[in-house]
Amino acid sequence: MTAVLLAAVAPTTTYYLVLGAVLFGIGATGLLVRRNPLIMFMCIELMLNAVNLTFVALAVRFGDIDGQTAVFFVMVVAAAEVVVGLGIIISILRRRPGATADDLAELKG
Amino acid sequence: MQLLVFILASVMVVAGAFGVILRSNPVHAALSLVLTLFGVAVHFVALEAHFLAAVQIIVYAGAIVVLFLFVIMLLGVDKAEDLSVEPFPIQRPLAAVVGVGVSGLVIAAIVRARDTIVAGEPLGADGDQNISALARNLFSDHVFAFEFTSILLIVAVAGTVLLTRKDKKGSES
Repeated sequence: MTAVLLAAVAPTTTYYLVLGAVLFGIGATGLLVRRNPLIMFMCIELMLNAVNLTFVALAVRFGDIDGQTAVFFVMVVAAAEVVVGLGIIISILRRRPGATADDLAELKG
Repeated sequence: MQLLVFILASVMVVAGAFGVILRSNPVHAALSLVLTLFGVAVHFVALEAHFLAAVQIIVYAGAIVVLFLFVIMLLGVDKAEDLSVEPFPIQRPLAAVVGVGVSGLVIAAIVRARDTIVAGEPLGADGDQNISALARNLFSDHVFAFEFTSILLIVAVAGTVLLTRKDKKGSES
């Protein structure tokens, strides 16, 4: 019975959009909860991936390749963002080992 | 079969995402992130976006997570942190409310707008067609944006080298 059901039903675009929304929510929660800058960065990656999934699902649904091109650009910008962000985190943590996001409330070095 | 793949990949994605935000050790969080990224890549394959699936594995799992792990090891922060410390007591419940609220609102909007998502012409089911269609779109309609990303990458790399350089004179700044 279950096997028949699994074979018969194909996931629609809505499934992917809902999964993207859930993933975005988890990433947002993590970004607000965690205070380790590295983990906060990973949560941003989660949110970017949620948006990518939404883009691809709708691009396939609408038959428009523009959505996949947008995902390509998101990936490039995410790579650049990770490089710059981790550079900033390294230069902060080298000066203050073990700093959390709460310790970095002011710009004074 | 497709539904089975969807469910398995979704379990990977959600379990990895919870691993990122709940594990106290940053190394475990980074490895959970790999699980999520692989799950998203499986979804891309299921949606017949083959090129993006490959790029997802190569760029995200191969480069970005490795960079994360490299920084974790370089800074020596691969110790489990104490998650029971909570400087603002109301922060976690509020964050959970915000996360559930954002997800709930977006899901409600999706369910409401479900019927307006009309199907367009299907993209090519063949893997080669996906790549050639993407390439044609990228290098004709979006060629300026493509060139600007190269500038962006060069600026990012040069900026990072400048940012993380140790000051030879040993001054404070």
